[in-house]
Amino acid sequence: MSPVMEGYNFAYLDEATKRMLRRAILKAVAIPGHQIPFGAREMPLPYGWGTGGIQVTAAILGPSDTLKVIDQGADDTTNAVSIRRFFTRVAGVATTERTSEATIIQTRHRIPEQALREDQVIVYQVPQPEPLSRLEPRRAETKRLHSLADYGLMHVRLYEDIARYGHIAKAYDYPVMVNGRYLMAPSPIPAFDNPKMDRMPALQLFGAGREKRIYAVPPYTEVKSLDFEDHPFRPIRAPHACALCGSRESYLDEVITDDRGGRLFVCSDTDYCSGRVALREAAE
Amino acid sequence: MSVLTPGFADPVLDAQAIFRAVLEAMSRPGRIQRAGAGLQPPAPMMPSAAAVLLTLADSGTTLWQDAGEDAAAWLRFHCGAPFADAPGEAAFVLATGAPPSVAALNAGTEEEPERGATLIVQVAALEEGAGWRLTGPGIEREHRLAVTGLPPDFVAAWARNRARFPRGVDVILCAGERLAALPRTVAIAEG
Repeated sequence: MSPVMEGYNFAYLDEATKRMLRRAILKAVAIPGHQIPFGAREMPLPYGWGTGGIQVTAAILGPSDTLKVIDQGADDTTNAVSIRRFFTRVAGVATTERTSEATIIQTRHRIPEQALREDQVIVYQVPQPEPLSRLEPRRAETKRLHSLADYGLMHVRLYEDIARYGHIAKAYDYPVMVNGRYLMAPSPIPAFDNPKMDRMPALQLFGAGREKRIYAVPPYTEVKSLDFEDHPFRPIRAPHACALCGSRESYLDEVITDDRGGRLFVCSDTDYCSGRVALREAAE
Repeated sequence: MSVLTPGFADPVLDAQAIFRAVLEAMSRPGRIQRAGAGLQPPAPMMPSAAAVLLTLADSGTTLWQDAGEDAAAWLRFHCGAPFADAPGEAAFVLATGAPPSVAALNAGTEEEPERGATLIVQVAALEEGAGWRLTGPGIEREHRLAVTGLPPDFVAAWARNRARFPRGVDVILCAGERLAALPRTVAIAEG
């Protein structure tokens, strides 16, 4: 573990920036699913590497927290490792790879398989917070559509998928309605993870650094994936068992093993998978 | 003027701890959090209300308060927040006496509801497990909260505040070293 660096404020950001972030986070919790602009700071890593999530984490993090960071479900990929090291160096907090031991989980594009608890907070890194961005590029206009709760554009977009492909062809960043009022981008998590957001006991916070937006879903809040009566939402999962732990419930990554078409499917959530493997080995 | 009492002993970590308490209170309306132990703000300001303002108010937020000259001096020194002339112009409103009507405060706009004010109300007592029945986001089934010392028309005014969602005012109730929050989404039914 790297030592805490001298010369930086706790958790890197200055106190005025933290207060600005904290005010935005509180209003985000009070208005579930509504995007709140904030003054995103330049961070010591580029936009697109989770600067929004890092700023939210820095604003809430305290010395008694245990931080877990995942990137596509994995604790050991570059983004996750560097963010975890960043916070051990600027805040000296404990880190973990175990979902159950963490009090704050910062994530890029997955929700852990293990159900989260009331005493945990999950922070999502968000590249594009505006669910209507591909349909209406003007910010002023999307703000107006949100204020009017006019989400017809998104329904037409999903309907066009059904007309063209026979099903809704959106496998990630699948739009959701929060508390029956705001259309929200769940960040590029697989649609498979969407049902986990609904009435989750943990607080969910979202930070988009480049787009300078914060939003939130309070605990036990209804999060509904958009769908149609005759085309209900279906979470998509590769129809295989994990090659390592044998799970038929978890979300799988496809891994190419050679250049002759060899491939295998493994859990994307490394902590869930290694936990199951360890259990099986202990039983043998 | 009396002697200025100190703010947070550790401005960084104390503010973080109080923020997490307020975040928890706002995320789970009706659950009581502890805040402000050790603070001695000038009367009639309570430790929890003072802690919330030390944590959230600064030169970027307007503040209105009815706590008198000593409290004004304390807040001016520790928070540096500019004072608003009327409650309706402030981002944070501290009510130590009879709170201004929720309808009179800034509720934000349909496009920018986050501009709605935060009303910090000092009350005589907060108790979980009895009184109001709260439902809404952050609450699994129902949280109960008994509040002593609010004006009798508060619940009716709150229903009107909630009806204009997403516009609205969020409330932080403070009693001594305890606080609870009412985000604009929460529904209050009387016991």
